[in-house]
Amino acid sequence: MNSKQAILAQLQQTRVPDVALPDLAGTWLTFPQPHERFAEVLEAVGGRALRARSADGLPQLLAELPVFQSARQVWSLVPPVPSRGEDWTRVTDPHALEVLDVCVAPGAFAVAESAAVWIAQDLVPHRAGLFIAQHLVLVVPADQIVHNMHEAYQRIDPREVQFGIFVSGPSKTADIEQSLVIGAHGPRSLTVVFVGADTGPDGRGA
Amino acid sequence: MNPTHIDHAADAESFIANAERTQWHDQALWFVRAKRDRAVWAVPEWEQLRSLGAQIKRHTLAHLAEYLARFETEALRRGIHVHWARDADEHNRIVLEILRQRGVSRVVKSKSMLTEECHLNPFLERHGIEVVDTDLGERIVQLRQEPPSHIVLPAIHIKRQEVGETFHRHLGTDAGATDPGYLAEAARGHLRDKFMAAQAGITGVNFAVAETGGVVVCTNEGNADMGISLPPLHIACLGIEKLIPRWADLAVFTRLLARNATGQPITTYTSHFQGPIPGGELHYVLVDNGRGTLRADDEYRESLCCIRCGACLNTCPVYRRSGGYSYHATIPGPIGSVLNAAQDPKTFYTLPYACSLCGSCADVCPVKIPLDQQLLHLRGKIAAKRYLPLWKRLLMKTTSFVMQRTWLYSLAGRLARWWLPKLPRFLIYNRLNAWGNQREIPQFPRQSFRELYRKRQQHEQ
Repeated sequence: MNSKQAILAQLQQTRVPDVALPDLAGTWLTFPQPHERFAEVLEAVGGRALRARSADGLPQLLAELPVFQSARQVWSLVPPVPSRGEDWTRVTDPHALEVLDVCVAPGAFAVAESAAVWIAQDLVPHRAGLFIAQHLVLVVPADQIVHNMHEAYQRIDPREVQFGIFVSGPSKTADIEQSLVIGAHGPRSLTVVFVGADTGPDGRGA
Repeated sequence: MNPTHIDHAADAESFIANAERTQWHDQALWFVRAKRDRAVWAVPEWEQLRSLGAQIKRHTLAHLAEYLARFETEALRRGIHVHWARDADEHNRIVLEILRQRGVSRVVKSKSMLTEECHLNPFLERHGIEVVDTDLGERIVQLRQEPPSHIVLPAIHIKRQEVGETFHRHLGTDAGATDPGYLAEAARGHLRDKFMAAQAGITGVNFAVAETGGVVVCTNEGNADMGISLPPLHIACLGIEKLIPRWADLAVFTRLLARNATGQPITTYTSHFQGPIPGGELHYVLVDNGRGTLRADDEYRESLCCIRCGACLNTCPVYRRSGGYSYHATIPGPIGSVLNAAQDPKTFYTLPYACSLCGSCADVCPVKIPLDQQLLHLRGKIAAKRYLPLWKRLLMKTTSFVMQRTWLYSLAGRLARWWLPKLPRFLIYNRLNAWGNQREIPQFPRQSFRELYRKRQQHEQ
């Protein structure tokens, strides 16, 4: 008997009291102003939320950010925000991304409850860019926001996901005497920009 | 002392010898507990989430074989390699074999209590593989050649001055530096070099989803993601109890975990791996190592529901004041006392006594493990197995004999009230009475409660 069979056989031999798998439908936390809730929580975890009326306004909005002004290497996956420095489309080895000052990546949607943004691999050719850049900017359509994690997981079709991640705030640590330090290994700042019309998860204006 | 068992009280004694440090440790953990409370109170449906978490985990345990089989099938379908290990040794050999076959000699690892349990690092090092722990707290204890003292906050027992000394010696930071920002920045630079040089990344797993064959890893630093986004090889090590049935169940657990662990609404990074990195490989090593046997135990099965948030450690008045090392176990605190004493009572029989039965651990548990009840039950089991020292057994027998006889109990009380206050101090405050070490015995009332009660009843009539 191999290890798999041995492990499973022992589990099958012992019947243990059953508990029904619960239904997760419920009235979960919602927010009258989800974008504001998102911004509030994001600020509390060390990030910052901004607004752009349309994608055309993005380059100008980002140009005002100090991290963007001093950046020499920018990898933008969000048109029309321009990249800077290397030709990132030619990168095959993610180690080459180590020089990144800023990565601008598209977020699929935002979660108001926890200020998290869902990013799926298919929108980001090298996921290392999200972690290795000194600063991260996530651009999310303003109408793509849900209230809570239940709605968030319902929205994602797991069959489509090879790699996906919720990002909430910049990389941080409190491992030295519980003192919060922003910028542990990954990005030292996170800016989330909501783009477009102000509609919330219920289709109402926020 | 019998060297075949650990003695929590004796080891706690060296920790509490430094009163100032004990106080500091206690406060640091209470700070985390207080943050947890604020985060939890902000969620109106918190208790509902706990109930769901408890039900989902118990359901999964009942059907564990089916869910593991489903998990494997889905993972294989997604091109993930799945390995099964009966024990720590097999786990370590599997990991080594994967690394060797691909010529890997430099590995970065993110936090995983399972690999601590299996002592993977020393094993790989013996076989010539460099393993770097990349979580800052874990890197600190690794450089100091210590194990983690907490399951979520591995270096909670270390002061910034000590981190400064360690980094000065190993990373060349300025002598005497104590600023956490400066020290963390130095670690960032040091670990970046390790990330860039690593040929493989090893991670633990927070949740494994049977329905999709994917795993979820939660970190704040981003070290797990960095470590497995650069090299082509990712090995994820997980205990078989990490399974949950459905993708949708993740909503319940991601809402519970970070809030209960550190008071955050969610961890900074919640990564879902459902296949290898393009052009690379993803391996799961599923480990039993005693879990199957623990699952068969009606009394302690529920301890397998644990999601390793660490809240029971943060709230435990004994853990906070005795430190993680006094437990001599990979997992310390209330949950560690149950897991270790349930599996190896002979070695760990003192742990269930490192407990005041206050029940705070069970109150904060996100999946409602009745930790206090399990600890109490373990005491019965330990007493029945006669692991306790003779004096304690005799004392318990005598107490039991007296308490079962009302007349004897009353008589003993009456004698004590009359007699004890008349005794000279040295007969009460001596080495035999540990309770008198730091406190005076209370003043004895003239009448017992029962006498007062009887009098009051007579008065009312």
